[in-house]
Amino acid sequence: MTYTSLLQDKRLTILLSGEIDHHSARQTMEAVTSKIDVYLPRCCVLDFGAVSFMDSSGIAIVIHTLRAMEELGGEVWLANIPPQPMKVLRAAGIEKLVRLGAERSPA
Amino acid sequence: MKQENEALIQFPSLSANEALARQIAAAFAAQMDPTLDELGDVKTAVSEAVTNAIVHAYPDRIGPVSLRLRRLPGNVLEITVKDRGCGIPDVAKAREPMFTTGGAERSGMGFTIMESFMNSFALRSVPGKGTTVRMRKKLTGRVNGE
Repeated sequence: MTYTSLLQDKRLTILLSGEIDHHSARQTMEAVTSKIDVYLPRCCVLDFGAVSFMDSSGIAIVIHTLRAMEELGGEVWLANIPPQPMKVLRAAGIEKLVRLGAERSPA
Repeated sequence: MKQENEALIQFPSLSANEALARQIAAAFAAQMDPTLDELGDVKTAVSEAVTNAIVHAYPDRIGPVSLRLRRLPGNVLEITVKDRGCGIPDVAKAREPMFTTGGAERSGMGFTIMESFMNSFALRSVPGKGTTVRMRKKLTGRVNGE
C-alpha cells in the first residue's frame, strides 16, 4: 500500500488505499505514526476514498491514530468513507470517537 | 439440508492468505447473485474468521486453516472456517466487543462483526484441538437462487 499525505494549516491528510486487513495493518499503523511524529499536526484526516475493502483491522488503525493524536492534543477526522468500510466502522460505534465525513480539503 | 454446490480449500495460516480466502468466498458467492452490500458482508466476515485463525489459533507456528463454502437451498451461503490450533479458553469472553488478546493491531471486533454481518453464527472451540466457526447468510439473488 502507498501512503500519500498532504499537510495544510496543521492539518495532515493521509490517503489510504487498497485493501485494509490484518496483513497490511501494522505497516499502515507505522506509516501513520511516523507521519504524525514528523508533522505534529493539530488534526489528522484519514481519507478512505481509495479503500476497496476494510475489515476490523481498520478499526484498530483508527483507534491507534486517535491515541497518537490525543498525545498531541489534536483530533482525528475520517473522510470519504465508502459503504463497506463505513459499515465496519459503524459496527464499532466509531462515530462516538471521531468525526466522520470531513471533506478532503475543508474550507 | 441438501447442498447445491460446495468448495473446500485448505491453506497455511499465513496472513497473505486472508485476502485469498475472502476473494475465494466472494467468487463462490458471486454464483448466487448477491448484492454488492451482501458481497461486502461475506468478504468481511470471512476476513475476520480467517484472521482469527491466523493470529490466535497458531500464535507461534504455522498451521492448517480450512475454508468450506456451501450453497444451500433458498440461496443460503454457508461458510465454515476451521483450524486445528490452540482453541479458545473462554469463548464468552472472546465474543465480547473490544476484547482482544491480539495486541495493538487488533480491535476485538471480529466476532461482533461476524455476528452482525451474517444471519447466523456458531462457534465451537476445544482448547488444544481447534476452533470451528460456521456462518450462514441468505443472499437476495436477482432470481432468488434459480
